[in-house]
Amino acid sequence: MAEKEVTGGARHFLQMMIQSPVGWLDGTGEYPGIVISSRVRLARNLKGIPFSHRASREQLEEVQLQLRNAQGENKFLKNAIFLDTSELTDIDKQFMVERNLVSPDFLEKKGARGLLVGEKEIVSIMINEEDHVRLQGLHSGFQPKDVWRIIDRIDDELSGSLEYAFSDEFGYLTACPTNTGTGLRASILIHLPALVLTQEIDKVLRGITQVGLAVRGFYGEGTAVLGNLFQISNQTTLGQSEEDIINSLERVTKQIIEFEQNARKTLLKDAQPQIEDKIWRAYGIVKNARVLTSQEFMNLSSAIRLGVAMGMIPDVTVQTINQLMIETQPSHLQKRAGKKMEPAERDIYRADFVRKILSG
Amino acid sequence: MMCQDCNERPAMIVFTQIVNNEKTVLRLCHECAEKRGLKAPFSSSDFPIGDLLAGMAEEGGSGETEEMKKLTCAQCGLTYVDFKKTGRLGCSECYDIFTEGLKGLLRKIHGSNQHRGKVPNFEKEYVEQKKEIRKLREKMKRAIKAEEFERAAALRDTIHEMEKAWRRKK
Repeated sequence: MAEKEVTGGARHFLQMMIQSPVGWLDGTGEYPGIVISSRVRLARNLKGIPFSHRASREQLEEVQLQLRNAQGENKFLKNAIFLDTSELTDIDKQFMVERNLVSPDFLEKKGARGLLVGEKEIVSIMINEEDHVRLQGLHSGFQPKDVWRIIDRIDDELSGSLEYAFSDEFGYLTACPTNTGTGLRASILIHLPALVLTQEIDKVLRGITQVGLAVRGFYGEGTAVLGNLFQISNQTTLGQSEEDIINSLERVTKQIIEFEQNARKTLLKDAQPQIEDKIWRAYGIVKNARVLTSQEFMNLSSAIRLGVAMGMIPDVTVQTINQLMIETQPSHLQKRAGKKMEPAERDIYRADFVRKILSG
Repeated sequence: MMCQDCNERPAMIVFTQIVNNEKTVLRLCHECAEKRGLKAPFSSSDFPIGDLLAGMAEEGGSGETEEMKKLTCAQCGLTYVDFKKTGRLGCSECYDIFTEGLKGLLRKIHGSNQHRGKVPNFEKEYVEQKKEIRKLREKMKRAIKAEEFERAAALRDTIHEMEKAWRRKK
């Protein structure tokens, strides 16, 4: 009976999520016009229990139980909502992926797999992903150090009641050797339209990888970069302290931010009418479109984001663009509509939704 | 160009990843990109680095011996050969059993095989306890020297209790 109540709560929570503000989209933090979000995650495993992919159903349950107990004693996680992934519908699952709370792989796995979500979705834990514990902190703008501080404290508190698999030599032991050591992956989601337009992006990206960081960009058809969004993260997790990892990510990202700022200035100096035209056309299309695919919106929203950041479109805030980026995705639209929709139907609904939001 | 995974549908998404200054380009259709978890730029999935790693592990670290290839983890049953195929370890014991092979691999991946980050709270507690036990031992020795045998015996019992509790926890 108690289980049922929890389920009801989770269902209610999912329904509420679509209406409630997401902390990491609120446009706060440094450089909100360029950096969308800062993320830090820690991988941890419990001592004496095989890693998730080799654990029995009972062992996975044991992990979940220990986590739930530790949660109750943790002042940051005490009020976090628990979701059992086996109780989520397909749309719910995709919704969580779109919201950046889980990995797609995680939701396909059987057995006790749960998710803890804290206030405003800033802190969350995937239980029994590739590692027993994947603690994530995600916040708006450029603030990797602040996110690390929160995660570090939660981790400290958790390690008071949970016994982690740890060795003096290798640090925190993880299923994949690419996470061994600190188990820390910090990443910055950054918008670099001016570097793409001025064709300096390849040079910049090559530079990043030479200093031990990794970067990924997503390209749509041909060479057009989807949304001009890139993710920069640390590549190695062993041999450096957590602070050193965060510091080097911060230092390099700051440089890239500077490059992007300079490229924006150059663009304005050399081609202001063309840039303004691109931005206002994009804004015109999304404000008037009757059919809008996800990809088209992503690409247009990059120009609008640039316009907002440069103060050209005063009616729109960074937060609105961030919200739209998440909420125009397929499962978010379907959850909002309260029904399943085919792609063609979604494109119409998406256009309506975007028009409504942008006309205030 | 066709999708390089399914070879059936046209490639719509070009995914570029640069790791260790090596560029990998994937040309995929939407369906296969989704299968690989490469759906959205802001999706929280990590790099598909596991595949890459399996490749690295396959090459073999230097100094790998025939003996190492025969190793099996007593705790979870994972064999070294399986580990090299999947790039995933089975449990924390695997790190002990495969330690020789892992040292080389970790150095290859991270440029280091010595942890320099934080230490979990309970380990810190042990470190403190170890210090405490050392202090008590010193006290006991001094007590014996001073022929305070009752005090020495009491100290010995405390040390034993602490060591027992510590072993139990570990």
